[in-house]
This record gives sequence, C-alpha cells and structure tokens, in this order.
Amino acid sequence: MDDAATSLTERVRPIAAGAHVTTAAFLGPAVVFALGDGTALRLDGDREERIALHPEGAILVAAQAGKRLVTGGDDGRIVALAADGTHEQIFLDKGKWIDALAARDDGALAWSCGKQVFAREPHGGLKNFAAASSVRGLAFAPKGYRLAIAHYNGATLWFPNASAPAELLEWKGAHLDATFSPDGRFLVTSMQENALHGWRLSDRRDMRMSGYPAKTRSFSWSFDGHWLATSGAEACIIWPFKDKDGPMKKQPRECGVRRAKVSRVACHPKALVVAVGYEDGWILLCRMTDGAEILVRRTEAETQAAITALTWDEAGRRLLFGTSEGDAGLLDMPG
Amino acid sequence: MAEKIPVTVLTGYLGAGKTTLLNRILSEPHGKKFAVIVNEFGEIGIDNDLVVGADEEIFEMNNGCICCTVRGDLIRIIEGLMKRKGRFDAIIVETTGLADPAPVAQTFFVDADVQEAARLDAVVTVADAKWLSERLKDAPEAKNQVAFADVILLNKTDLVSPDELREVEARIRAINPYAKLHRTVKCAVPLDAVLGRNAFDLDRILEIEPDFLETEDDDHHDHHHHGDGHDHHDHDHHHDHHHHDHDHHDHHHHEHKHGLKHYHDEDMQSVALSLEGDVDPEKFLPWLNDYIQKEGPSILRSKGILAFKNEPKRFVFQGVHMMLDGDVQREWRPDEKRTSRVVFIGKHLKEDEIRQGFLACAA
Repeated sequence: MDDAATSLTERVRPIAAGAHVTTAAFLGPAVVFALGDGTALRLDGDREERIALHPEGAILVAAQAGKRLVTGGDDGRIVALAADGTHEQIFLDKGKWIDALAARDDGALAWSCGKQVFAREPHGGLKNFAAASSVRGLAFAPKGYRLAIAHYNGATLWFPNASAPAELLEWKGAHLDATFSPDGRFLVTSMQENALHGWRLSDRRDMRMSGYPAKTRSFSWSFDGHWLATSGAEACIIWPFKDKDGPMKKQPRECGVRRAKVSRVACHPKALVVAVGYEDGWILLCRMTDGAEILVRRTEAETQAAITALTWDEAGRRLLFGTSEGDAGLLDMPG
Repeated sequence: MAEKIPVTVLTGYLGAGKTTLLNRILSEPHGKKFAVIVNEFGEIGIDNDLVVGADEEIFEMNNGCICCTVRGDLIRIIEGLMKRKGRFDAIIVETTGLADPAPVAQTFFVDADVQEAARLDAVVTVADAKWLSERLKDAPEAKNQVAFADVILLNKTDLVSPDELREVEARIRAINPYAKLHRTVKCAVPLDAVLGRNAFDLDRILEIEPDFLETEDDDHHDHHHHGDGHDHHDHDHHHDHHHHDHDHHDHHHHEHKHGLKHYHDEDMQSVALSLEGDVDPEKFLPWLNDYIQKEGPSILRSKGILAFKNEPKRFVFQGVHMMLDGDVQREWRPDEKRTSRVVFIGKHLKEDEIRQGFLACAA
C-alpha cells in the first residue's frame, strides 16, 4: 500500500443498491449485491441488471460457492446465481426462513432452517441433521467434509457423510456465527453475550475472548491464518492465532479506533491489511502490523447507515461494500 | 436513523381469543402493514402477507442473572425482518397460551440490536371472561399474563352474567389494578386500545393510577360503574395523554368505591406506595437496585415517578424482573404536587419491607 496516501475516497465508485445489502461478491467480471428486497443487483462493466432471486422475499444470508453466489431467503428458498446472471433454485422449504448458510469453493453448501441443518455436496447429495436448538451459524472445516454448527449452549461438529455421531462442544450461552481457523486447529463462535468463544480442536480446550461492548457479527482471517479480525467494538479487534495456544493468555491488537462501532471486517487476501466498516458507514483500511490507516469512505450525518457487506476480490485490487440502507460502492486500489 | 418499529405482544391463555384479536387487528382498514410472529405450532388461519413462525426458544443469558431470559428466536427474527425494512410498519408477537411474557419483554431490554431496531409498545393480554377465574386458580401462566399486562381484553363477556363479570374483573384487579381493562365480545375494541400504547416509553409514564373503570364496554352490558363521578372516558380516546394529565389530574380519587368486589390474590399482588415531597436519590437508587437485585425473580413489573431533591424534573423508571430503565423526564409543573410514587406487581411481595425501604428514602 502507498503510505503517502491517506485517503482513497476519490477512487470509490458509488453504487445505488436500493435495499439492505446482505452480501457483496465478485463473480467473474461482474460484481453482485444480494439484497434485503429479495433481488440481486449485478453490475458487469456499464451494464446493470436486477434479478429477482426471491420474489416477495428477502435475502437473509448469502455466501460465495466458487463461481456462484448462493442466497437464502425468508421464502425458504436457496438460489444459486452465476456470473452471467443465470440462476437456479436449489432448495425450497415453504414457510421457513433460511437462517444460516455456508459455502465452499468446490460448490459444497450447508444451510439451516430452525433446528434443521442441510449439507449438500457439489453434485447434489443432500444430508440432514437436527440440532438441539435453532441454528445461528454454520462453517465448513478447511479440510474434509465437516461442518461446525453454532447454536444455544455450544457448537456441534458434524460429518455429513460419516456414520459417526455428531460431536457436541458445550459452552453455556447462545452462539451466533462460526468460523474455523484456516489451518483447522481452532473453531471460533461469536456469542449473544458480546464475546467470542474458541475451542482448540485437538484437546477441546476452551478459549474466551471477551471485552466487546456489542455482539461480534463479522470476523475475518488474515491471509496467513495468523490473525482473526473481529467487529463489535469501537476498533477492529485482532486476535493472534499463530502459536499453538492461539489467543490464550494473549492480548488482542486493535486498529482503526474510532468513536463508532465496527460492523464489518474483511482481511486483504494478500497483505496484513484489514478493511474495517463501521456502523456510521465509514470504511478504513488498516495495516495490522503498525495500525496505519487509509480512509476509504466517510459519511455525513444524514447518510450514516451501517456497513453490512465488505468483500475483497481475489487479487486484493478491489473492495466492494454495501450498507443497511442500500448504499454501496466499489473501491479500485491505486497502482 | 429511522424510527423504531413498534412491537405489540399478544398473550392470553389457550382459547381466550388471541387469534380473534390478531385477525381483527389485521383486517381493520388502517392501511398499516404488520409483520406477525406466531408460534409455529399455533393456530392457523392468520390472513397476513408476512407471518413468521417462531419456536419460542428461551435463552438464559450467560451473565449470572437467573431471571434474565430472552427469546432467542425473536432476536433472530427481528434481525431478519430489519433486512426488509419499509415493507411493514409494526410487529405483532403472538405467544402461546402457556407462555410467560417476561422473556419477550426482556428481549427488548437486553439485546442492543433489537433495542436499536424496535421498541416494545405494550403487552396485551386476552382473558376469557368465563374461564379466567378458574384458570387463575390452576394455571400460574394465566396469572402471569394478567399480572404482566398493560392492556387486558376481558373477552367473551356475552357468555357470562353481570355477577360473574364483576367477579372476574375483581380477580383481575386483585392482581393487576394498573392495566387498561376492556370488556369485549369477539375481541371488538378500537385499535388504538391495543396499538400505539407506548406502555414501555419512559416519556409516557405520566401517572400511576389504578384503572378501575372499563372504558369501551359493549353496548349490551349494563354500566354499573359509570355513575360514581369519575370521568375516565376521555382517557382512552385521547392519543395525546398529556392533555389527559392536565385536564383530569385532580379528578383521580380512586378509593375502591366502585361496587367492585375486592379480592386479595394469594400469589400475585401489586404494591403501590407514595411519598409526599422529595426523595433522596442517593438513598432511593441504591435501595431500588438492591431490592430489584434481591427480589427480581418475583417482581414482574415495576414503575415509578419520583421527585428527587433539587431536581426540577420528574425521574421515572420502569422495569421487568431485574431489568430497569430510568431517566429524568419532563419538569414538574408549578401546579403539580411533588409526590413520589412506586408500584410493583409480583409474586408474594413483602409489602411491609418495601414500604419501610421506600419511606426511608425521603429527603
């Protein structure tokens, strides 16, 4: 990154998404926003297209599965959208909400409606599991066909294709989102109680990461897997996971300290830089090593909606974002 | 930021008429769009575009407070609903007949995201005029729902005699004299009796007086209580309660002379105390906090208007179990007597202890 630059605001192309941005994604040459009004906005060069993925519904969750963006709605539908704008319905359970969704680059998918969890292989094999309570978060393990399911009082590890029973990792409280460390050694969940919980999977050791003033609803691993950047405080809180004990007995780093809570974080895919989105619509790029900041987006009093989606492209050249009020934008990095 | 979405909670024992009230609210020509959250195993036949099935998952908050429970599913559903802002104006939560209203209400105190997006408007309890007296004996849930209510619809009054009606009203009043009570047939009430109540809004706590007179009676009931000199009818028809407070302040002398039977409920009571003159906040706030911490599990609702020493503004608070919300409100008016009042509704309340504690807070 260019240290001399303190602002990249001139390099942001504003986009009117028009509704709550649930997720933003790069699909081939196109950029796509999955929206709270049930549509996807697809931009390909100068062409702009609105695609009704969930008619009369809302897109509650979305995740990128390789070359497709998969969306889950309050109409009980799972829909996969391709880069060219074509889409297919993958699942429908009328009257249910799709509460959580996880996807893998090979096209494997998992989603949940209430207590029911579904795992779908790239070629369509579907397996089903009933959790003990409503499921809030799902994550694929980096290796093997294995899922972490976050729910009330813990998380469950499930191998959809194995006959072995699912394993329960207990921890009191309501667990929300789930993520595995890229090396597969740790599982981390965010909690209703404004904390993160971690398990070292080799010995099931518990880790508590607390001190947040709000719930953490966004986390992102650094490209090298050594750091976990998190939202939920008036700074991006970054936990060290390099050592074998992970963050145990260690202090997290902070960057992007402001008088507004961080709502989304996205680590750069090639550098120790994190994009930090705030509840007032600001976005900063922060270097994890020294905390240096570059401004991407600032807002005025009237337009301070929270950043709800924040995504880097594969090369780390472009950053896509969206807000709860339907504003969006695309940053093109210089040089 | 956009205005918070009002949330109305409908409770009531099985068969009392919750779904009837819900459908009545939905079918009136009010031009409003509702998101309706119902128990997924509940009765069907709700005619609305946006109906969400909930599973009433009660979460204990892992914060060391035993009565601090929330509706986990409600947090998730409200989060989801906020993604389709603009497609509805209000939320109605219908609970199952056996539900305790507290976790629903506490969700609005505990979860910051819910608090930011929505506000609890009122807990409306539908009670069956014919069967409530029985249920109050054998179903603690029914008693909880009455004790918790801001508005009570005493429904199916066409199925009982005037004597039975007086009996059941007295039983309700023994538990909760503060809720607005409406006698209804098929839950027929004007919508503003159940919606837009602002019952949890500190700014709207204007008085804490028992509500002894029903207001929107059905025509075929005789009106025993109307001749006793109280003009309460304006109360429910005014949207702006400030007027009410100005105009009628001096007319409130509730002294239980309404021909109502007077019951004492063995389990659930309300304790109302007042203190002429100022209260010392240095004494009162610690006392209130201690009391709520100690007795929180048995206190369902609490409310208060306080005149703090050297404070020109009224201090108001309201709470649910151990959760309290309090702030200074408007100024005391020159013609207003600086009287401090507190009310607790709960199980097996120790009135003497509360009285001593409160009176010791005098400035």
